[in-house]
Amino acid sequence: MVPVSYYLILSGILFSCGVIGFLIKRNIITIFICIELMLNGVNLSFVAFAAQWQHLSGQVFVFFVMVVAAAEATVGLAIIIAVFRTRETLNVDHVNLLKL
Amino acid sequence: MTPSLHLWLIPILPLIGAAINGFFGRRLSRQTVSAVALTFCGAAFLMGLYVAARFSSLELPHAEYLGHWIRSGNFMVNFEFYLDQLTLVMLLVVTGVGFLIHIYSVGYMWEEGGFYRFFSYLNLFMFFMLTLVLAGNYLQMFIGWEGVGLASYLLIGFWFTKDSAASAGKKAFIVNRIGDFGFLIALFLLIKHFGSLNFSQVFSSIAQQPAETAGIGLLTSIGLLLMVGAAGKSAQIPLYVWLPDAMEGPTPVSALIHAATMVTAGVYMVARSHVIFEHAPNALTVVAIIGTLTALFAATIGIAQTDIKKVLAYSTVSQLGYMFMACGVAAYSAGIFHLMTHAFFKGLLFLAAGSVIHAVGGEQDMRKMGGLRQYIPWTFMTMTAATFAIAGFPPFAGFFSKDEILARAYEANPAYWFIGVTTAFITSFYMFRLWFMTFFGDYRGREAAQHGHPAHGHGHGGHGDPHESPTIMLVPLMILAVLSVIGGWVGIGGRFEHFLSPVFGEGATAVATEALSRSTEITLMVISVAAAVLGFYLAYVLYLKRPELPQKIADSLGGLYQAVVNKYYVDEIYADLFVKPLVDGSTRILWHGVDQGVIDAAINDTADGARHVSDSARQMQSGNVRSYAGWVAVGGAVIIAYMIWMGVR
Amino acid sequence: MLHLVLFLVFGAICVAGAINLLVQSHPISSALSLVVVMASLAVEYLLLGAEFVAAVQVIVYAGAVMVLFVFVIMLLNAGVEERTKGSQVALILGIPGVLAGGLLVAWVLIERTGTATVGLGALPGFPKTIGNLLFHDFLLPFEITSVLVLIAIMGAVVLASRPEPKNPEKES
Repeated sequence: MVPVSYYLILSGILFSCGVIGFLIKRNIITIFICIELMLNGVNLSFVAFAAQWQHLSGQVFVFFVMVVAAAEATVGLAIIIAVFRTRETLNVDHVNLLKL
Repeated sequence: MTPSLHLWLIPILPLIGAAINGFFGRRLSRQTVSAVALTFCGAAFLMGLYVAARFSSLELPHAEYLGHWIRSGNFMVNFEFYLDQLTLVMLLVVTGVGFLIHIYSVGYMWEEGGFYRFFSYLNLFMFFMLTLVLAGNYLQMFIGWEGVGLASYLLIGFWFTKDSAASAGKKAFIVNRIGDFGFLIALFLLIKHFGSLNFSQVFSSIAQQPAETAGIGLLTSIGLLLMVGAAGKSAQIPLYVWLPDAMEGPTPVSALIHAATMVTAGVYMVARSHVIFEHAPNALTVVAIIGTLTALFAATIGIAQTDIKKVLAYSTVSQLGYMFMACGVAAYSAGIFHLMTHAFFKGLLFLAAGSVIHAVGGEQDMRKMGGLRQYIPWTFMTMTAATFAIAGFPPFAGFFSKDEILARAYEANPAYWFIGVTTAFITSFYMFRLWFMTFFGDYRGREAAQHGHPAHGHGHGGHGDPHESPTIMLVPLMILAVLSVIGGWVGIGGRFEHFLSPVFGEGATAVATEALSRSTEITLMVISVAAAVLGFYLAYVLYLKRPELPQKIADSLGGLYQAVVNKYYVDEIYADLFVKPLVDGSTRILWHGVDQGVIDAAINDTADGARHVSDSARQMQSGNVRSYAGWVAVGGAVIIAYMIWMGVR
Repeated sequence: MLHLVLFLVFGAICVAGAINLLVQSHPISSALSLVVVMASLAVEYLLLGAEFVAAVQVIVYAGAVMVLFVFVIMLLNAGVEERTKGSQVALILGIPGVLAGGLLVAWVLIERTGTATVGLGALPGFPKTIGNLLFHDFLLPFEITSVLVLIAIMGAVVLASRPEPKNPEKES
């Protein structure tokens, strides 16, 4: 019998790591990976609450999150490829042409 | 209940003329414009005569109520007209002399541009002056007061493209306004303490009060403030400085406004307010002193002027001083008498001067005139009549009125009389100086023209010999000359004073001690005639017999003479004392400080602030994806925090 | 007891993987660390009884999405991350801020959940039941997500395709 809060703490840690990586990493692909990490953390908390409240829709929602994450990853990576073709770099600091 | 005389028509008729000429005059021919102007002015004059004809059947004072104007609590001001003997005199003088000057102007201004504008302004002036004269309360009088100031400004600056004319117009209006400020304060005091501005009501309230003999009480203050207003309008010390400059305007303007009518508004106002002054003897003394001093002061300046119109301007100031002196010793009817005769001969002097200027092609400097009497005989004869009148030679008009004033002044205080006689001597001197320099001797204009001196004024260049003016200009001169001769005869035997006595009461109550004995009167008369003759003789010697003497005298007097020629540097003193600090202060405080520093700055700083804010805000759009990521994280954190807070509550 | 031990073990692996992800400088290492995280998360799901979700996690998430990531990394020949001059704001403000935020959220959630506990396999998520839910209660979102996936496929193909080489001699 594990308190639900433990699951939630774990989920929170994963999410925070994701945010930190999202902020400090300079490689575009790494930033995407951190986004996936965030999503995973959220999934865990969904499942934990589903278990607590005995409601299966939590798990169904996880399913949907995964689908959307997949779609998002696909399109995002395609964009990265397109940007790489023009800018020849994966460093996000060099993709700064939209400066005001 | 006497039936209405429709007094409101008298001011309205010139107003209609002004409107017609003002709006449509540009498209009308000169004949039409002059016809319109003369018709409406003449109609006003005829109505004045009609009123005079009906006068004996009227119950006086005759007040006509036209409509209400201000109703504020208990305070009420109406559009009303007031007719008594004083009004009648002023009315006839204003409309009569005004009409003659209108006729003269048709000839004088015929060649000028802006013909319709001139007559529109002239009629407008008549409207305001008649409003002033016929007013039944102080506020309506004030409308007329301000309005004649406006008309004066418009007419002085008639040739507004000329800098000096435009400045002179401004100067006149501004100095007038200073006087008007005093007038306004007096009105406020009247409203506060008497609750009304209506003549009948105010005067009856005041008559019930005791006279203020000590210090400066309410009535004395009102009197002094009214005098400030009169000093502005009637060019007394210290507000006379605008009148000599006003000679920039066309000569008919000088004749009408600055000799016969507008400048006499101050005297009229003081005479109308005599009830106030009778209850404030200290104020009355101030009036007398100002009048006397101005008379002497202006006369001394007049003897050194070389511009013919400037001499007449200073002469006007001096003669107005006489009128105020008269009012100041409570000889109101004498003052009004002199006002009337002055309108005749001063108006004539100005018109004749205009004729002279017209004859010599625009030259106004007397040193370039001379010997004109064979070229312009009619002008010469009429001007002679006026000169003798102003000098006070019997039996011309000026003698009677001036003598009346001097006699009453002697009754009050011999000092006034002495200064008055001295001024009369100086007046005679400078007037005959003008007369000799202009009409006698050799014509100096030819060699001046050969030396290439340009003629100023409204010159049409030198065109050969001086020529007489057209008949339309000569007829008014002749009519006024006749009046200058016989105009004083209404005063013989005290008939004029008797006519005005219902207005002013029987003689002065505050000032005079006892009436003069017959012999004293005759002695005084002889002395004043002698002074006039002495002036004539001195002018004859200096300007006809030994014309080299004036220059020698001037050189020997050196600095004193320079001071007189430069009008005692009064204009310069005013400029340094008042104008310069005001302009500097206005520039530094109001313009740079308030307008630029506060108002402009507020707007500019608001715009700048918006710009700075957006400048800082756009730092967010750095193009740096990671900073965007950072902001996204911050935004997300804020929302989560908010949701937690909502949940926790 | 077993539940707690298993939870802690795999939780530790998750966290270790996450931190490794942050620390590594080569993106391929980060991707592989994420696979580790996903795998251990799958075990956590199993502990909670969500069998289907765990299976899908491994098959789809770790097996397809991460493979895609790895392919792209290798395609673009991403190298070690270099240090560039960028915004230091994220570093200075971000990490402490996030940690603080995370702790706060955790504290709140703990307050709310109180002493609720879940047992081993608390809520069995059989494929059959989940399938029922998907096709009955959540049919609309299901269909929409399938359209979403279709759009994503088409978008990816278009975005990533090589542009047509421009041939000046070719007409029309």
